[in-house]
Amino acid sequence: MSTLEIRDLHVAVEDKEILRGVNLTVRSGETHAIMGPNGSGKSTLAYAIAGHPKYTITAGQVLLDGVDLLELSVDERARAGLFLAMQYPVEVPGVSVSNFLRSAVTSIRGEAPKLREFAKDLKNGMDALSIDASFAQRNLNEGFSGGEKKRHEILQLELLKPKIAVLDETDSGLDVDALRVVSEGINRFRATGDTGVLLITHYTRILRYVKPDFVHVFAGGRIVEEGGPELAEKLEAEGYEQYTKATA
Amino acid sequence: MGLNEKPHEPIARLQHETLQGKASYDLADFEVPTGREEAWRFTPLSRLKGLHNGTAQVTGQVVTQAYTPAGVSAEWVGREDARIGRAYVPADRVSAQAYSAFEKALVVTVPKEAVPGEPIRIEVRGGGAEGASYGHIVVRVEPLAEAVVIIEHQGRAVYADNVEFVVGDGASLKVVSLQEWDDDAVHVSHHHAQLAKDATFRSFVVTLGGDLVRLSPSVSYTAPGGDADLAGVYFVDAGQHLEHRLLVDHSQRSCRSHVDYRGALQGQDAHAVWIGDVIIRVEAEGTDTYELNRNLILTDGARADSVPNLEILTGEVAGAGHASASGRLDDEHIFYLQARGIPFDEARRLVIRGFLGQLIERIEVDEIRERVMDAVEAELAR
Repeated sequence: MSTLEIRDLHVAVEDKEILRGVNLTVRSGETHAIMGPNGSGKSTLAYAIAGHPKYTITAGQVLLDGVDLLELSVDERARAGLFLAMQYPVEVPGVSVSNFLRSAVTSIRGEAPKLREFAKDLKNGMDALSIDASFAQRNLNEGFSGGEKKRHEILQLELLKPKIAVLDETDSGLDVDALRVVSEGINRFRATGDTGVLLITHYTRILRYVKPDFVHVFAGGRIVEEGGPELAEKLEAEGYEQYTKATA
Repeated sequence: MGLNEKPHEPIARLQHETLQGKASYDLADFEVPTGREEAWRFTPLSRLKGLHNGTAQVTGQVVTQAYTPAGVSAEWVGREDARIGRAYVPADRVSAQAYSAFEKALVVTVPKEAVPGEPIRIEVRGGGAEGASYGHIVVRVEPLAEAVVIIEHQGRAVYADNVEFVVGDGASLKVVSLQEWDDDAVHVSHHHAQLAKDATFRSFVVTLGGDLVRLSPSVSYTAPGGDADLAGVYFVDAGQHLEHRLLVDHSQRSCRSHVDYRGALQGQDAHAVWIGDVIIRVEAEGTDTYELNRNLILTDGARADSVPNLEILTGEVAGAGHASASGRLDDEHIFYLQARGIPFDEARRLVIRGFLGQLIERIEVDEIRERVMDAVEAELAR
């Protein structure tokens, strides 16, 4: 049983305040959707939690099972059980997917996985996400299509088994088939019941496949409305206009 | 017979002179460099231990040994041997110094159509960095033969040498040269490859060790169809000066050359120099050439000088280009890897290994590729 607690989080980029007091608690077994218009600070929340050097925390706390993640380095946060599926995974030349995944799994588990076991896990994971076997030998994200990048993020999610997963617009740029495959992966991950998901999205489409327990509307760098799945339907019908007006 | 009187076709000599400004077997033809010359302006002369100005005492102990597979000959020959100096004329003061001072030359011959199953190994071992040593190696690959040569430099030395690769019609030579010297070594070397009709030359240079290494690989063609691929990786630590000066002289039509050198630098006064000269002469129609140098600067205090020069004298080229880029580790790469739990030091190693590995993985000979990867791994683990 894990809990991610975000308390009054303020974040700035180059002296410009982006997040203005975010409060949110995500527990194992829960799926929270954060929805909001472009520029509302959704991605800033994701990257600030993960520890991207571009973002400066000006106030607040982010606790994972009582440990303040903000005191930890990026890799320590990941080893503490946090995972960020990135919206734009970066290409790393010369580093193969298989080499990268083995290094990541080794780091997270604290010991190298048995080679045969790892190969099996990797193959099963790739099969489940309809990823071609040749993928493992390719360079990390290099020349991947948008869909391949997102599948690869979810493959990592399933291999690394974090306590809390933050999915930053994992649905963006996916066609319906890819969205279904990726959503199934997220649902397999959720089905264990001992992980929490913070799903950041602009569109309600993915929420038809990945049903949230809670929906939060993000605008102007903070949560402006909260509710259950029905809130997503309201947003689908009415859009974000009322929120952007309110904060403008 | 004096060295200067060696019979050489005047035309070959003329070519060298137009290209280099000066080329001669005679040391007296070269003035002692002052550091203001274009060819010497990046090299810290004070650290050459007198190799450039005649003050070096020839009391060094460098031992060269060749291990050849069946069917390949290795001979130690005197200075008068007709096979010496046929492909290469010294192009600078230190090269001429080495040429005028070596005692015996190693001549390796791969006979016509021979395809030895094993690489030829040449070990150059230094036994001290107090006195200087000079060397000369000739590798001859006769028509339609195919060979792999591994040259390893290790130990402590003040060493200048010239290496000639003579690749015959339709022959193929793959060379890896590893500079894994001890920290105080000084090495100034010219590697010249002369390619006959349809000859293939693949060179892979790995420079990791030594206080000062200045290696000048060059290529010339005697007939159409020659194909040269020159690759190199280097890793420069604090205080090291590692310099590579490439020269490809396209004087024949329909030849190809491809140069790709990559280096990583870290620490105070780590200095890399890469000069990439390519000349495409009037008669060299249909030339296809590309040269690339990339440097990864890992810390403050390190410096990379990268100078590509492409001189095109004909209007009929198949392709000609060059690129040079020096930059820092990408924060986004490191962030991505760290976000997957990989600690910073390891993330950094992965990225550097990837950067150099992209070049290394192109090595076709398994044994060479593994040897080079091991050398880079060892450097990264330091």
